[in-house]
Amino acid sequence: MAVALKIDELRKSYGTTRAVDGVDLVVDEGAIFGILGPNGSGKTTTVECAYGLRKADSGHITVFGLDPRTEPDRVARLVGTQLQDSALPDRIRVWEALHLFATLARQRVDENAALARWGLEGKRAASYGSLSGGQRQRLLVALALVARPRLVFLDEMTTGLDPNARREVWGLIEQVRREGTTVVLVTHFMDEAYRLCDRVAMLVRGRKVAEGSPAELVDRYGGGTVVRFAEPDDRVLPQLADVPGVIGIARDNGVVEVRGRGAFLAPLGYLLTTSGLSDLELQVVQPSLEDAYLSLLDGGRSLDGGRSLDGGSLLDGGAEVAR
Amino acid sequence: MNAVRALSWVELKLFLREPVTVVFTLALPPLVLYVLSEVFGDTPDPAGEVFRGVGGATFYLPAYFGLVIASLGLVGLPVHLAAYRERGVMRRFQAARMPVSALLASQLFVLLAGAAAGGALLLGLAAVAWDARWPVSWPGVGVAAVLGVVMFAAIGVLLGAVMPTARAAQGIGVLLWFTMMMVSGAGPPPEVLSPALRWIGDLLPLKHLVVALQDPWLGFGFNWTQAAILLAVGTAAAGLAVPALRQRR
Repeated sequence: MAVALKIDELRKSYGTTRAVDGVDLVVDEGAIFGILGPNGSGKTTTVECAYGLRKADSGHITVFGLDPRTEPDRVARLVGTQLQDSALPDRIRVWEALHLFATLARQRVDENAALARWGLEGKRAASYGSLSGGQRQRLLVALALVARPRLVFLDEMTTGLDPNARREVWGLIEQVRREGTTVVLVTHFMDEAYRLCDRVAMLVRGRKVAEGSPAELVDRYGGGTVVRFAEPDDRVLPQLADVPGVIGIARDNGVVEVRGRGAFLAPLGYLLTTSGLSDLELQVVQPSLEDAYLSLLDGGRSLDGGRSLDGGSLLDGGAEVAR
Repeated sequence: MNAVRALSWVELKLFLREPVTVVFTLALPPLVLYVLSEVFGDTPDPAGEVFRGVGGATFYLPAYFGLVIASLGLVGLPVHLAAYRERGVMRRFQAARMPVSALLASQLFVLLAGAAAGGALLLGLAAVAWDARWPVSWPGVGVAAVLGVVMFAAIGVLLGAVMPTARAAQGIGVLLWFTMMMVSGAGPPPEVLSPALRWIGDLLPLKHLVVALQDPWLGFGFNWTQAAILLAVGTAAAGLAVPALRQRR
């Protein structure tokens, strides 16, 4: 598969602050690639360097094999962007904005078709200031894609939107990909990244601390799946540690909490059934990308990513029987 | 070139949709000029001591044309640019690879159009309200007006680039505008001002534009000195404005 964007050892400082400190990324063509991280972790700077809005201090960037420094015009024709904190004048009309950006695109654009593709025909003559948050994002995406780029950077599109508008924007991003454009999505919403991205990289303080598919990151850093049940008689407790995949067992006040990774649920169920406990009520808590994110933010020190019962984790507080 | 044309057209429409700017730059000057013409009439002072020997209304007509240009450059343009930067429009344009030169050219176009409209409104008012004296030298007035527009456009871009917010730009812009108006020949007759106020007026760019417009208008000939001052101030402001704009966008 072709590589849309390749970043090697990117570094950028503002004064004494290191915004990006040696980031490597490879984005495959056709993918939605997420860049996650807390505020100030270098996400936007990385994107702005890749897009050519900022000059990197060092490092190498190629866009579809082209170097933006030596062939800025060719690269400019291949990429589009929707920047964080950018806007249009309140009193500009939707069609005027599209026409203006189509003029800048230096290629023929069917403006009516573009309005229709993004569901803006009905808002043609509406002013930007009168649009809802979702409609504004739709227009900004339409403008970013007006020149039909092969790679588009979307930076924090859903910040400040209500849940309904966020869903609308998610549908929009999937539509962008369906039309064949590679997407680099900067976000700090984990549900958004989990739902949309094929692959995510997580930045903390200008460095990449993890990369993989959302499911891989959850599996690696989410702290494992937790199964809880009430079993005051401790009948299975000694055998739980032998179940493959179990990484932790704790009990507190007759509630047993089993933490495990990979395919441990079926063997656990088998053990419980053969021990005559088939009528137990099991509570299963899957870790989310957010758990993985928080544990990575902690520097990976804590494995306690999964949500626990009231009163904190049994692994920390209760008697730890086995590992 | 296409970008300049498309952006200029959009910017002109945006200017006309901004009621505060339109009222301030296009409606207010004719209103004040009308009041002044009613107060002073158009009979020249027999002793020839005020209004450069002509009637008040005749004196004020070119002065208010200059004031229109000043209000476009001191208030309209800086507020617009500062708001663009503050709200992220500048970032959006930059991301779309809109050249800075296209943005500046479109602002110059809006100022020229605004000055032409403002001048036409003033002349129309003068034709209806009193027996106005038309410019003796139309080309002289035209050249002075274009130089004035270029100078105030450069000053406006500088203010717009330096002011942190649109509100700050508005506050400073109105303050400068009002100060210039009072001491540059659009307020009290210059001859009645104290030497100190006249000296301040000489330091401010509007006074030079007013004289540059009045001289060819009233038949004193084209004033090359004032024209050179307009050009020099405009060049200096532009020299400061372009780096400031690049840095602050």
